[in-house]
Amino acid sequence: MSATCNTEVAVVRPAKDAVLQCGGLPMIAIGAERPAGAVPAHGLDGGTLIGKRYADPDSGLEVLCTKPGAGSLAVDGRAMGLKEAKRLPSSD
Amino acid sequence: MNIALLLQMAAYEMADRAAIGPADAGLDFAAFGARAAAAAGWIARRDDAANVAYLGLNSPAFPIALFAAGMAGKPFVPLNYRLPDTELTRLVERAAPCILIADPEFLARVPALPGVTVLSRDAFLMLATTEAPLPEAAGDESDIALLLFTSGTTGEPKAAILRHSNLTAYVVQTVEFAGAGDDEALLVSVPPYHIAGVSAVLTSAYGGRRIVQLPAFSPEDWVSLAEREAVTHAMVVPTMLGRILDVLESRGERLPALRHLSYGGGRMPVSVIERALALLPHVDFVNAYGLTETSSTIAILGPDDHRLALSGSVAERRRLGSVGKPLPSVRIEIRGADGAVQPPGIAGDIFVRGEQVSGEYVGRKAIGEDGWLRTNDCGWLDEAGYLYIDGRLDDVIVRGGENISPGEVEDVLRAHPMVRDVAVFGLPSDEWGESVAAAVVPADTIDPQLLRDWVRQRLRSTKVPEHIQFRAALPYNETGKLLRRVLKAELSR
Repeated sequence: MSATCNTEVAVVRPAKDAVLQCGGLPMIAIGAERPAGAVPAHGLDGGTLIGKRYADPDSGLEVLCTKPGAGSLAVDGRAMGLKEAKRLPSSD
Repeated sequence: MNIALLLQMAAYEMADRAAIGPADAGLDFAAFGARAAAAAGWIARRDDAANVAYLGLNSPAFPIALFAAGMAGKPFVPLNYRLPDTELTRLVERAAPCILIADPEFLARVPALPGVTVLSRDAFLMLATTEAPLPEAAGDESDIALLLFTSGTTGEPKAAILRHSNLTAYVVQTVEFAGAGDDEALLVSVPPYHIAGVSAVLTSAYGGRRIVQLPAFSPEDWVSLAEREAVTHAMVVPTMLGRILDVLESRGERLPALRHLSYGGGRMPVSVIERALALLPHVDFVNAYGLTETSSTIAILGPDDHRLALSGSVAERRRLGSVGKPLPSVRIEIRGADGAVQPPGIAGDIFVRGEQVSGEYVGRKAIGEDGWLRTNDCGWLDEAGYLYIDGRLDDVIVRGGENISPGEVEDVLRAHPMVRDVAVFGLPSDEWGESVAAAVVPADTIDPQLLRDWVRQRLRSTKVPEHIQFRAALPYNETGKLLRRVLKAELSR
């Protein structure tokens, strides 16, 4: 979960040694205490969208946003890109 | 990722949208999520229970229990209510120590057993409204989410393992979150103990599509419910579709709200799907191929491929007999007897790999160290990457060293106007090792020699059935799988 906003993510594809950040600060475990007064830094406040996947091609890290917030996701300072998935016909 | 998160996301984003049951009188996603969380609280507090077994027809209790067990970190074990009581009891014993949620009419089918806490469906639905909810999902994504007993033909059924990571990988990689229109409704008629019944609940919740549940399949009820609930989506197994088409024809009903019909779970006769395309031109058809061990679908033949097949070239028409292309998130290979990957057009063992593939059973791993799972199906890929299934490896007929696909001979026989249904299989033969046999349900009396000539004109002579048996009906299991082994055993005697 984000230390600066309401964003929560699930890691879809893990990457070794990649530090996941939101709004400029490293993300923290769900249920942990948010630092008082922390808000997304200027320029890192584009926000996250629920149900969207975000990827960092350099490290291979990929996450799914499970709760939206005001901060932007980054890995080691690199902004994560929205991963567009091809829409498949429903089969279930 | 825990499967419960799929529902939590839907409840957050689409709280007011109808989720289960009639559009105006069912549960919305907020209520669905709240009930699952409350039931999860109750389940999590039963420290003595390792699993959550479920013995019931399709009803709102099933999706609630599925997500609740997942959230509580305990494997969900839906049981086949069609099994005899003695077998059912044995499966409950294998799931113990467990909670057993059962429909009222099934409560008496399993005796009191040590380590089994029995709860009627109504009691379960009640506590799902009163118990203190579990605030967060318990456990790890590598935990077991689902145990499915697969219908073995000999010995004890195997318990296939699906982990949270397998199921959520399948859902997240194939379904767009909240991607369904708010008028969409999926008619679920496969039972809760079938992988397609489980995946229908998971993908509908994540996509935001309402589910309408048919407790037990009959073609008349299916058509009536689809019409009454303005159903837009449905999934059926091949035997269901033929019977549904019969009802639509006799009632003159065309289900104008229906947009999308997927089918899978067995070989679909080309003649049936052609009839469906002609009768329901407004519907998108999707053929899905998958296994229990792969969290459902791994290959899809989409609506455009179906339409092209009606109007296109010979190659495009032939694709109606394929299961389409592998999902982008899985890889499929055809391997020969020596393990070498086969080029297009050459049949062999179908192998699959991907995050949704578990290939694990309780006490046994069927998946290789390299992550590839042998499906036990035999098939081939064409130049464009379309996958064709010849059948289960054990069903392939080996006659004088030649591999003969029962499905190919069945398709030819089924196209004969006097053939209502047909099954082809191998019988032991001193001369050939195996010989080709056909069990035929005829529309009227017919000379078997005419059927042999029919096949000879269309396939090579080695594929002509030496034995033809006429029957009133063929044996199918309840999810539409043809029981070739039963026929084989009868005729081998």
